[in-house]
Amino acid sequence: MVVARGSLHPTLAVLGRHLTLYRRLWQASVFSSFVLPVLFLLSIGIGVGGYVGTVQGVDYLSWIVPGVLASTAFQLAMGESTYSVLGDFKWVRAYHAMRATPVQPVDMVRGHLLYLIFRVEASVLAFLLVVVFFGGLHSPWALVTPLVCALLTAATAAPVMAFAARIDHDSYFAMLFRFVLIPSTLFAGVFFPVEQLTFGLRLLAYASPLWHAVELCRAATLGRSPAWPVPVHVGYLLLWAALGLFLAVRSFRRRLED
Amino acid sequence: MIFARGLVKRFGDFTAVDGIDLEVAPGEAFGFLGPNGAGKSSTMRMIGCVSVPTAGELRILGMDPVRDGTRIRARLGVCPQLDNLDPDLTVRENLTTYARYFGLSRAESRRRADELLEFVQLSDRAGGKVEPLSGGMKRRLTIARAMVNEPDVVLLDEPTTGLDPQARHLLWERLFRLKQRGTTLVLTTHYMDEAEQLCDRLVVMDGGRIVAEGSPRALIETYSTPEVLELRFPDGLDANPQYAARLEGVGKRVDPLPDRVLVYVEDGDVALAEVHRRGLTPSSALVRRSTLEDVFLHLTGRTLVD
Repeated sequence: MVVARGSLHPTLAVLGRHLTLYRRLWQASVFSSFVLPVLFLLSIGIGVGGYVGTVQGVDYLSWIVPGVLASTAFQLAMGESTYSVLGDFKWVRAYHAMRATPVQPVDMVRGHLLYLIFRVEASVLAFLLVVVFFGGLHSPWALVTPLVCALLTAATAAPVMAFAARIDHDSYFAMLFRFVLIPSTLFAGVFFPVEQLTFGLRLLAYASPLWHAVELCRAATLGRSPAWPVPVHVGYLLLWAALGLFLAVRSFRRRLED
Repeated sequence: MIFARGLVKRFGDFTAVDGIDLEVAPGEAFGFLGPNGAGKSSTMRMIGCVSVPTAGELRILGMDPVRDGTRIRARLGVCPQLDNLDPDLTVRENLTTYARYFGLSRAESRRRADELLEFVQLSDRAGGKVEPLSGGMKRRLTIARAMVNEPDVVLLDEPTTGLDPQARHLLWERLFRLKQRGTTLVLTTHYMDEAEQLCDRLVVMDGGRIVAEGSPRALIETYSTPEVLELRFPDGLDANPQYAARLEGVGKRVDPLPDRVLVYVEDGDVALAEVHRRGLTPSSALVRRSTLEDVFLHLTGRTLVD
């Protein structure tokens, strides 16, 4: 028997593979992970903010900081759960390689989620550090935003992984980006309050996990209470994460076993 | 090590494996031989615990693959037909990453990776990328990867398909060394020479069933004759069946192919003398020993299956 008690957990072994790959490729993602969010914040927060003035009682820059923060996590979680997951099934077949070892589908899914949380936290912390110098944080509760972003990452990445494990062609991702990623980013309270939307569109914003994370982050950085009670926002994100995890593990198993 | 009784795998209406019995002993090199679609890979997938049997009994290392899949996989080494090496990792990282899947420590993973790279003669490529490796090198790396957990059984699905002769011989030599170390090998192949080189015992599969079983030599003795006389005649392709009719009785069996006529005989030279005595004048005559290929074609037919 080779595997000793107390040895490395297979989920962490999967995380290890992603980190080894990332160590080789991280330079390619520096711009989208660290630079782009800051540019976004500066151009819209300061540029547009100069015309807008204040929103809901705070300067526009401070108002969109939590929105950009959460949407950075959202975009990274979604983007990194599409091609890379399908590719590890279809082209690299890394998941097939793992399946021949004690690594189980649940380890593959959790290992990937942990890796994405690591990636998101790195971006989030870098972003927060920049924002502090612009006076964009108004409450010590801002310290919980990394936790909210981790939860949002799981709530977003898990169902997307389930989707990526079920399709056979990457053209479906274009639909995902067109009909989910971009509308969510535009209408889920990142750049303007959802109260501006018609009732129907507002319902779509409520359905998106992004809006709930934006609300929580905004409440934290501005030191006020969110639109709905905190347990409702957190519960909704947990629901997406749990359902996504369940579906992703099932999709992985179906794709690898018969 | 592996025990199966009445093992069946169905995909909807299609029966890939149709009730096979087999037993593989420790230290044995066991082969599945058969044309494409014979059910070899489906059987291998069930043994590798990634495919659930539809019916029948299957025990691997004394355990049930459905219930104890993870524990069984911890003691198997798998070399799949399709390469699934990580192209963005280095040669060594492919081994260390994989070793970690078995719960090995970082130091132990590195130690085994270096030792196995030595074994498959890839030490000088350790820090390089996988992509520029030749097909034979990639396959050797995949075999090294399958060895990283010091498995009790190594499953090899068509280990040398697509490799050039030099690469195949090097691979066979390495697999032979594994066998000498006492590792149980289970492989599928449709190369007869590979089966003869590597397998102590093999089964011939066709249409999801086992049609013959035994050592390569025993199979040849049972299903073929010691020698084969290959005759070519000058008058074009269509004449061969007529020649075959005139060769009736020269050997145990006559098989007219489009380009030549095979006569299965006890003694090739005696048979050739008989051919001349009947007044036949082949443009070329070759006496050779019977091979597993003759057994295979006799058992599974000459119709092309894709």
